[in-house]
Amino acid sequence: MIPDPFPYTGWLFGRLSWAAIPIHEPILIVTFIMVSIGAIAVLGAITYFKAWGMLWRDWFTSVDHKKIGVMYIVLALIMLLRGFADALMMRSQQAISFGSNHGYLPPHHYDQIFTAHGVIMIFFVAMPLVVGLMNYVVPLQIGARDVSFPWLNNFSFWLTVSGAIITMISLFVGTYSTAGWLAMAPYSGKMASPGVGVDYYIWGLQIAGLGTLLSGVNLVATILRMRAPGMSLMKMPVFTWTALCTNILIVAAFPILTVVLALLSLDRYLGFEFFTNVNGGNPMMYVNLIWIWGHPEVYILILPCFGVFSEVAATFSGKRLFGYTSMVYATIVITILAYLVWLHHFFTMGSGADVNSFFGITTMIISIPTGAKIFNWLFTLYRGRIRFDLPMMWTLAFMLTFVIGGMTGVLLAVPPADFVLHNSLFLIAHFHNVIIGGVLFGGFAGINYWFPKVTGFRLDEKWGKRSFWLWVIGFYFAFMPLYVLGLMGVTRRMSHFDNPALQIWFEIAAFGALLIAGGIACMIMQFIVTFKNRKQLLDTSGDLWEGRTLEWATSSPPPEYNFAFTPVVHDRDAWWDMKRHNYQRPTSGFEKIHMPRNSGAGVIIAGISVAFGFAMVWQIWWLAAITFAAMAVVGIGHTFNYNRDFYIPVERVREVEEARTRELETA
Amino acid sequence: MMATQSHSHGSDTMNTQAYFDGDRPLFHLPKEPHHPDGHSTMLGFWIYLMSDCLLFAGLFATFAVLEHSYAGGPGPKELFELPLVALNTAMLLFSSITYGFSMLVMERGKKNATLMWLGITGLFGLAFLSIEMHEFAGLIAEGATPQSSAFLSAFFTLVGTHGLHVTLGTIWLVTLMVQVAQKGLIPANRRRLMCLSMFWHFLDIVWIGVFTFVYLMGVAQ
Repeated sequence: MIPDPFPYTGWLFGRLSWAAIPIHEPILIVTFIMVSIGAIAVLGAITYFKAWGMLWRDWFTSVDHKKIGVMYIVLALIMLLRGFADALMMRSQQAISFGSNHGYLPPHHYDQIFTAHGVIMIFFVAMPLVVGLMNYVVPLQIGARDVSFPWLNNFSFWLTVSGAIITMISLFVGTYSTAGWLAMAPYSGKMASPGVGVDYYIWGLQIAGLGTLLSGVNLVATILRMRAPGMSLMKMPVFTWTALCTNILIVAAFPILTVVLALLSLDRYLGFEFFTNVNGGNPMMYVNLIWIWGHPEVYILILPCFGVFSEVAATFSGKRLFGYTSMVYATIVITILAYLVWLHHFFTMGSGADVNSFFGITTMIISIPTGAKIFNWLFTLYRGRIRFDLPMMWTLAFMLTFVIGGMTGVLLAVPPADFVLHNSLFLIAHFHNVIIGGVLFGGFAGINYWFPKVTGFRLDEKWGKRSFWLWVIGFYFAFMPLYVLGLMGVTRRMSHFDNPALQIWFEIAAFGALLIAGGIACMIMQFIVTFKNRKQLLDTSGDLWEGRTLEWATSSPPPEYNFAFTPVVHDRDAWWDMKRHNYQRPTSGFEKIHMPRNSGAGVIIAGISVAFGFAMVWQIWWLAAITFAAMAVVGIGHTFNYNRDFYIPVERVREVEEARTRELETA
Repeated sequence: MMATQSHSHGSDTMNTQAYFDGDRPLFHLPKEPHHPDGHSTMLGFWIYLMSDCLLFAGLFATFAVLEHSYAGGPGPKELFELPLVALNTAMLLFSSITYGFSMLVMERGKKNATLMWLGITGLFGLAFLSIEMHEFAGLIAEGATPQSSAFLSAFFTLVGTHGLHVTLGTIWLVTLMVQVAQKGLIPANRRRLMCLSMFWHFLDIVWIGVFTFVYLMGVAQ
């Protein structure tokens, strides 16, 4: 039994003591000081500009799907910096830690870094990125005023933020999990990991996962119930289709994450025997359960990005999307197959040739609908008038990169090959190839594509292109060497190597990571330069890219009610169809508009949940009880508020729409 | 001309003819279509229930894997008292019937009768929870604690999670009784009662699964 680094000290502080503050770790202290300076600067600036009231009224308590979408993406970009800092540390450690040189990260610290990197990049970068895009775009694409449950949407977002905050606290109070991004049992059990790291992992993900589940319910209901008249299922834009399938996957997969984290908690907190090696426990059950959630999770991330690429490919080729129907069915098939492949993550479990063959074959079958999609995009480009704007560039980079990642995936789907490559850097190269090449490139394509819709001005091209090239080239430098190393048998999660022949490959990978750092820096510059030059980059048309779907039918940024009149849909490319019929935007006959009212309950409950999670991690039971009761009281209290909607008066609608008319006349 | 009164929003079977003016397609509705308040709520709640159902599916699967992992300790035959569990099942099934009665009188707008039947439902719920606590306390007193074997871990977790749901349902029921007493059977409250109704019957169905797979088949083995 490993001794608990944070023993229980008493009821008042639970396991919390001065030992939890890592004053002996210079890297953490410097990080803490830098984060503190940054935080004080931001908080100071908000106070100086007297922006607190505005932030609270217009953003934090907002139930507007557009603002919530933007906040999700801001969260994703902030967390990307943290996750990428972890990546840089790992790359530099592995590049130098050979032979007698043990680098600058001790193993215990290194293990926390790769765990935090994986958790943050998946849960707090990729997820908020795709959920943010869906939140912003889907209601606009289906001609709705908001989502089905606007308050729930706000609550979901803040729960995600709470999970991120709990995960971040572990950097400076106590330690984070060393068990990898899926916290595999029995290592994540009390016996091998007695500290607070796995508890931080559990509560961060449990709270954020609840938020994701609720937002999944919300968007499924929204897409099924809030579509504009005339928009049958087969007239929905492809992005909305992928959003529907993704949210169905969320609703059907996240309960399993809730279960598996709850069972692990019972093992750790109450000494249950689910995943232990004694008293009948079964660690492989943990591996199965976590991947029954985990595999659908990767499709949850990629499907909306497929949707983004479909919109971008059609718009920037000036053509209707090729093979719409096959695109829809490919998405549905991927959704179903997502549940039939989980075992390919652990062929080495030893479940026998029959079971492994089944899961190997279902895995390979997924490449068929995915391949169909690639061909559909290619045929969309074929004979199109292609415009090489940034969204299109990201899409082309995706198509090249994702095909490589997909093919290495099919290699891994062959059980005998997997026995050799399991847990090797080949696998690491593969999933970064599809997640960076698919999800991140998709997110960046989406951000460049919809930014003008969100703000009314487009993103700076020059810095965007610099960022693009650094990212794409950096990606190949960073991950192609890992394929080579993996084939040579190098396993993942090592903080030190003995064989000097390997070092050159790690140095190339580290160079690639530096290029990506340049890409991120250029991206930050892109936002800064855009903000500076926003006058020149202004788009008053609301339809900068000659779009095809309904979000381009309204102004940029859209009014809070999205559309003054509910649009009617006759064609898949509804806005294209309207333009073709010389649609005249109505300038009179406005009515008052029914809208949901803002509420602070979501941000308050989520805020208390941070304290609750912290109390559970440190076993400060009195605080856990009080915060739990407080969440219940605020939650129940919120249900006594029946006054949840209001009407935007017709004068206000007319005012906004007349300003828009003048804007279009001068454009 | 436009027929705005009867279009079913987002449905595939809608009458698309309504969106034409002669041959000319119409591209917006001149009048705001009527969305009844909370018209997505039932569907949304149903989707939530299905996700909750998968949560139980995960726990049932876990129980199925571990149900013979006694770790040398007692199994279902030695532990379960079927008459007690049968009584408990009866309590929960009665509570579903009385919830049904409350919905029937709600439809007829009888506020006090609705409250009465809801109250009776709550009492049956409490009876169920008390018997379950009694059963758990008995097992733990015998030394059959959730820590003693994987089978018992899975048993306490599956049955306990169901019990936790009934507890939440009971708190929700009391909340709704207060709200109905305050505001009457307004549409918002009827909608909430409908949601709780689905939740309550859903827990009944899950319990049938627990009773069959955990208790009956456990003892029959």
